[in-house]
Amino acid sequence: MSAVAEAPVTAATADARKAGDWLLVATAILLSVWVLLPIYLLIVNALSSPDEVTSFPKRFFPSFDFGSLSFFINFAGVARALWNSVLVATLTMILSIGFGAPAGYALSRFDFPGKGAFRFLVLMTRAFPLPLLALPLAVMFIRTGLDDTAIGLALVHTTLALPFAVLITFSLFSGIPVELEEVAWTLGCTRWQAFRKVILPLALPGIAASAVFAFTISWNEVFAAAVLTIENRTLTAFLLQSLGESPLYLKFAGGAALVVPALIFIFAVRKYLFAMWGIANR
Amino acid sequence: MNGKALPYLLLMPATLFLCVFFLYPFVLVAFEAVTRDGAFTFDNFRTMAGSWKFPATVRNTLLLAAIVVPIQLAMALLMASIVSRLETGRSAALYIFAIPLGISDLAAGLIWLAIFDQSGFLNTLLSGLGIVDRPIMFLGYQSKLTIFIAVALAEIWRASAIMMVILVAGMGLIPKEYYEAAEVFGAGPWKRFVRITLPLLRPSLQTAIILRVILAFEVFAVVAALGGTNLPVLMGETYNWQFTLQDRNVAAASALLILAISIGFTLFFLRVLRVPKEARI
Repeated sequence: MSAVAEAPVTAATADARKAGDWLLVATAILLSVWVLLPIYLLIVNALSSPDEVTSFPKRFFPSFDFGSLSFFINFAGVARALWNSVLVATLTMILSIGFGAPAGYALSRFDFPGKGAFRFLVLMTRAFPLPLLALPLAVMFIRTGLDDTAIGLALVHTTLALPFAVLITFSLFSGIPVELEEVAWTLGCTRWQAFRKVILPLALPGIAASAVFAFTISWNEVFAAAVLTIENRTLTAFLLQSLGESPLYLKFAGGAALVVPALIFIFAVRKYLFAMWGIANR
Repeated sequence: MNGKALPYLLLMPATLFLCVFFLYPFVLVAFEAVTRDGAFTFDNFRTMAGSWKFPATVRNTLLLAAIVVPIQLAMALLMASIVSRLETGRSAALYIFAIPLGISDLAAGLIWLAIFDQSGFLNTLLSGLGIVDRPIMFLGYQSKLTIFIAVALAEIWRASAIMMVILVAGMGLIPKEYYEAAEVFGAGPWKRFVRITLPLLRPSLQTAIILRVILAFEVFAVVAALGGTNLPVLMGETYNWQFTLQDRNVAAASALLILAISIGFTLFFLRVLRVPKEARI
């Protein structure tokens, strides 16, 4: 709200405004606690010994016993699952930016017949429960030898991440004035040189953010990962398939292993959250 | 290089990719759903609908969406309003509110398991306050209601963030002058919210609601972590048909049902919340 009040502010409205500010801050703090407290409790469990996790009543502070975490790390298959998760997510990131960024650039800079159809194709993917595509692809992958491989799963995850990559890079490039490119052309650059020397450096942080976002999508995906992997499970698929029989402290340590990178990812892309979700939707 | 061909060249990789990994599998799944051993049939749908779990599955999924999405919408509007009005600590609040955006549904399920488990923090709190003398089993097979509540809470906790970010971005597009004018004419904060923010936010609301409703029908890992098979939902049943029961065709039929419900609701919200061209900002 504007700091300079045009109308004379009476003492009463000033008081009301002050009360409103307090209410605002109090609600913000309350909502922050609502978001952070459950994560904190999971971390407490992950940083407690296995006995403490299953004991009752619990302490609300971690004992910093690494029993649960070391059990988790040494549990058969966990290290491999972690590695698979990283591998699949990295491949997804490369594929979705590699395919998505050129498309985003084309949408932002050119007008051509078929543009509407392409936009529709991309938007349509958002209205479909995409993990379900893993069902028919399982058969196709067995035929082509892609079943149970990191690249096979990464291809499905790219289907999830690609629409976002296109929309994010579209809004990124749209935010860079086309005049900058035109100046470079008149100064003798080719289209490619102008792109590489002028546009790319400006767009790079945003592209990096959308890459991180693609990584997060893959890192977090459960259904397709569980359907398409048997030996080479990702961490989410591994945890899902061992939910029934694994002890509580394994679940909580695994949950923490999923959450902590997510916190870092969101922190890394926080400046670009709007380009991803807000403006890109128009 | 020919300037006319360039945009098509740039679009080609993405288009080809979506054709192979989106359109083609979609056709395949539709085909598998209506055939068995190569012959056209509706048996797969009959088998699916005839399963004793099916009515509960559909009911749980729809009920969960019906309860979770409106609460999320309210929370997201509250969070977005706070973020856009805060002067100090704005970016800190935004980051904290957005954290669940990066957290998978499986992790969210495990987070709330730490609270609702028999030896979890809720029971510790309740017994510490002297409300119960023995830990309650919240997530046993006999306590469907508490499982449902736990799943709903985990979903609300996890997915309000997506809506919040969309709505914050939408609020940023509303011209400040509208609020200043309303203030001059004496409109209070609530009136400004109802008369200016909500109507002008309609495109963002539409996107947020559609996205969330679709995701609500895909609820899967939260339920798996908290309720196991005690609270069957559509996506989990699809997974069961594929894995436990090893029947690809019925799994495909189940997938098509989820798809049909998603498309139905998308069209519904597109129609109900449609934004007239001349009213766009």
